[in-house]
Amino acid sequence: MDKAPLLQLTGATVRFGADAAIDRVDFRLFPGEVHSLMGENGAGKSTLIKAITGAIPLDEGVLTLDGEVVRFSSPHDAQRVGVSTVYQEIDLLPNVSVAENIWLGREPRRLGVIDWREMRSSARAILADLGIDIDPASILGTHSLAVQQLVAIARAISTDVRVLVLDEPTSSLDLDEVAELFRVVRDLKQRGVAILFVSHFLDQVYELCDRVTVLRDGRFVGEYLTRELLRIDLVQAMLGRSAAALQIRPRAEPEQERTPYLSARGVTARRGITDADIDLYEGDVLGVAGLLGSGRTEAARAITGIDRLEAGIIRIGGHESSLKGPRSAMSLGVVYSSENRRTEGIISDLSVLDNITLALQADRGVFHRIPLTRRRELAASWVEALDIRPADLDRPAGTLSGGNQQKVLLARLLALSPRVLILDEPTRGIDVGAKVEIQNLVAEMASNGLSVMFISAELEEVLRVGDRVAILRDGRIAETLSSDQLTVDSLLALVARPEDSDG
Amino acid sequence: MTTAEASLQRTSTVSTRYATFMSRHASLVPTFAAVLILLVLLVGAQVQFENFLTPGNLSALLLDNAYLVVLAVGLTLVIITGGIDLSVGSVMAFTGILCASLLSQGLPAVVVVPIMLLGGGAIGLLIGVLVQYFNVQPFIASLAGLFLARGLAFVVSLSSIRVEDPAILWLQRTRFTVGEWYITPTGIIALLVVALGAVVMQWTRFGRTIYALGGGEQSARLMGLKVARTKILVYVISGVCGGLAGLLLTAYSGAGYPRNGIGTELDAIAAVVIGGTLLTGGTGYVLGSLVGVLVYGTIKKIISFMGAEQAWMQIIIGGLLLLFIVVQRVIVARSQRRT
Repeated sequence: MDKAPLLQLTGATVRFGADAAIDRVDFRLFPGEVHSLMGENGAGKSTLIKAITGAIPLDEGVLTLDGEVVRFSSPHDAQRVGVSTVYQEIDLLPNVSVAENIWLGREPRRLGVIDWREMRSSARAILADLGIDIDPASILGTHSLAVQQLVAIARAISTDVRVLVLDEPTSSLDLDEVAELFRVVRDLKQRGVAILFVSHFLDQVYELCDRVTVLRDGRFVGEYLTRELLRIDLVQAMLGRSAAALQIRPRAEPEQERTPYLSARGVTARRGITDADIDLYEGDVLGVAGLLGSGRTEAARAITGIDRLEAGIIRIGGHESSLKGPRSAMSLGVVYSSENRRTEGIISDLSVLDNITLALQADRGVFHRIPLTRRRELAASWVEALDIRPADLDRPAGTLSGGNQQKVLLARLLALSPRVLILDEPTRGIDVGAKVEIQNLVAEMASNGLSVMFISAELEEVLRVGDRVAILRDGRIAETLSSDQLTVDSLLALVARPEDSDG
Repeated sequence: MTTAEASLQRTSTVSTRYATFMSRHASLVPTFAAVLILLVLLVGAQVQFENFLTPGNLSALLLDNAYLVVLAVGLTLVIITGGIDLSVGSVMAFTGILCASLLSQGLPAVVVVPIMLLGGGAIGLLIGVLVQYFNVQPFIASLAGLFLARGLAFVVSLSSIRVEDPAILWLQRTRFTVGEWYITPTGIIALLVVALGAVVMQWTRFGRTIYALGGGEQSARLMGLKVARTKILVYVISGVCGGLAGLLLTAYSGAGYPRNGIGTELDAIAAVVIGGTLLTGGTGYVLGSLVGVLVYGTIKKIISFMGAEQAWMQIIIGGLLLLFIVVQRVIVARSQRRT
C-alpha cells in the first residue's frame, strides 16, 4: 500500500488511575481498507476506539488525521471532521422516526422550521444508497436490531465520513443480517472510507478485513496483513505467553470409574452454548479454554442455574436437578464467581466483612442473623486463610486491588462450604503475583476435595491449573482432554481451529 | 421488514395501511384513546342529564380549566424529556399571590405580569440547574421548588388579597360570543399556549431535542444535540407556564391566595398522562394534554351535575390513570416485542 495513512495514532497512552489501559500503542488506518482491532477482554480495544473517536482524551501520544495533528474533546468534534462511530449498543433514539435518527442535529430546515418532507426524502435516498428499503417515517424502535444498526451506519455516512468505526457491530445479528452488513461495509470501502472493524469472531475478521492490529494487555503486539497471517499466529498474538512463575502441582491420581459430582449432558442455553457435556469430579479441576465468544461464560452460567436451559440435564450428586436459579444451585453446593468482578461480584461500597459474609447470611435467611462477633471471626479466618491484604475487615472492598477483590469473592463463596466451584476468569486484570496466588489457591481447594471449573483466556494458566481441559469453539465443547496430553501449542491449535474444519 | 414501502402504500390494502400507520404513529394510540374517552363521557353525560351538552357548559369547560391547560403544556415538555416538575402548583400560587400583592401596592399590570412570568421562570431555572449540573433527581429538585414557591407565597401574604385591577379582571370578564358559545381572553391564552407548544414540539429542533432527550440522553449527546441547554430550558418553560397559570387563576378567582393550587401539580400530571404522554419520557403530545385536561374537567363537571361528593372525582381520576398507564404499558410492550 503506497498511500499515506488517513488516520494515525502514535504512542497513545490512556491511564485510569495508576493503571495504563493502553500503553504507547501505535495504530494506523488507510483509506479504502477494512482494518480489524483484535485482542482479548481487557486488551485495550475499547479504550483505543474511544481515544480515536474522542470519547476519552489521550494522556500521551499524537493522533493525526490526513497528516494533521488533531485533538478531539468530544465524539461530536470527531464527527465534524469525518470520524464517525457505530457502537455495539446502538446509540440511537428508539422513540423517534428513522429519518430523524439519521438527521437529528443537522435536520433540513425551511423558514426556520424543520422541513419534514425534505428530511424524509433525503433519508430515503441515503437508505436506498445502502440498499435498505424501509419507511423513513417509521419509528426506529419498530425495526429489528439489524435494521437499527444499518440506520446507525446510515447516520454515520450521511455526513462526509472519512473514518468509520464499527465496534462489535455483529454481536447481536444473525447470519443473514451479518451478510447484509458486510455488503454495506464493502461498498463503503470501495468509496474510499477507512473502516475500523472490531469483532471477536475470527471468521468475520478473515472474511472482511484487509489488515489486523493486535493488542494485548494494553500494548501493541503487531500489525499484520490478514491474508498473510495464519489464524493460529493471530490467536497466539492475541493470547500471548505469560511469564508467570510456573508451579506444577501434583495431579490427582487418575482413578478408574470415578463418578462425577456434577454431570451435565446436552446442555443448551438460549445464547451461546449448544449441546455441552460437562463432568466435574471431586478433587479435580476442569480448565476451560476458548476464545472470547466461544461460550465459556455461557457454559458456566448454564450449569449454575443463572441462565435457563433450553435442553439438557444436570445431575448433581447423583440426582437430576432442575436449577431454577443461582439460589437453588447454591443449595446443592454449586457456586459461581462471575467474570465481571466489579459489576456482578464485589459490592464496592460494602466492607470486606460484609462482602465475605453476604452470601452466607443470604443463604441462612433474614431470620437467622449471624451475630456480628461470629461474622467477624468468620471473615477474619478467611482473610487469614486466603491472605487478603490489607487485612482490614472494615475497609470498603472497592478499595482493594483486583487480586484481593477476587480473593474476597472466593472467600464469600467458600464460606458457603460448596462442593463445586465455578470460576469465570478469576485472574483477569490482576497482576502476575496475585495470579499465581489465585492459581495456587485453586489447586489447594481441589486437593481438599472440591470440584473446580476454571475458565480463563490464558491457555498456559488453563493448562497449569486444570487436570483436564475442555476446549470450546463456537458455542460447543469441541473436546475434553487430560492436560497431560496437551502443550500450550497444541491447545492453541485446538482453540484456534476454524469452525468449519471439524464439522 | 414489516413496514411497507412507498410504492406499496399507494396500492395497499387496509391492513398494510394499518401496519404503516402503527409503525409511524403507535405513540398516538393513547391520545386517541383519550379522545374516545372524552367523547364517551360527553355523550354519556348528555344521555344521563339531557342538558349537559350546551354551548354554555362546553365553553365553561375551557374557562374553568384554562390554568390547568397552561400548566399541563409546560409539564408535557418536562415529562417528555423523562423528567417531572412537582413545583407547578406552588409556582402558580406564589405568582398569583405576588400578582395580587403588587397590584394592591399600586403597580400597573404591565409591570406585574412580566414579573410573574420571570418569577416562575426563575424557579424553573433553579430546578433545571439542579437537575442538569448537580445531577439531582427531577423529583427531588422540583420538590425543593415546590416547597420554595409555597414558602415564598406565604412570605408574600398569609391571607387572600383581592384583585381590583381592571386589566386583570378583563381577562376573565370579557366574553367573545358566537351564538351561545363564548370564549374569554384566559381561554384564548390557554389555547395559544397549546398551539405554540404543539408547533414547537413538532417543527423546531428544540422540540425534537426534547423528544431525543426522552429517548436517550446519552444518544442525544452523541448526536451533537444541545442537551444541557434544552433540559434547563424545559424546566424554565414549565416555570413560566406556572407563572402564566398564576395569572389566569388570579383573573379567574379575582384574588390571590397562598393556599391555591395545593395538589394541582398532581392534577396536571394526571391530565398529561391521560392525554397519552409516557411518564418514562420520549413520547407524548401537547394536544393530547389538552384532551387530558378536558377529560379531567368533564369528569369534574359530571360529578357536580350528579351532586355527588367531589371525593369521587379523585377516585375516578385515579382509576382512569391506572387504566391509561396499563394501556401504555401494553402498547410499549407490544412495540418492543416486534423488534
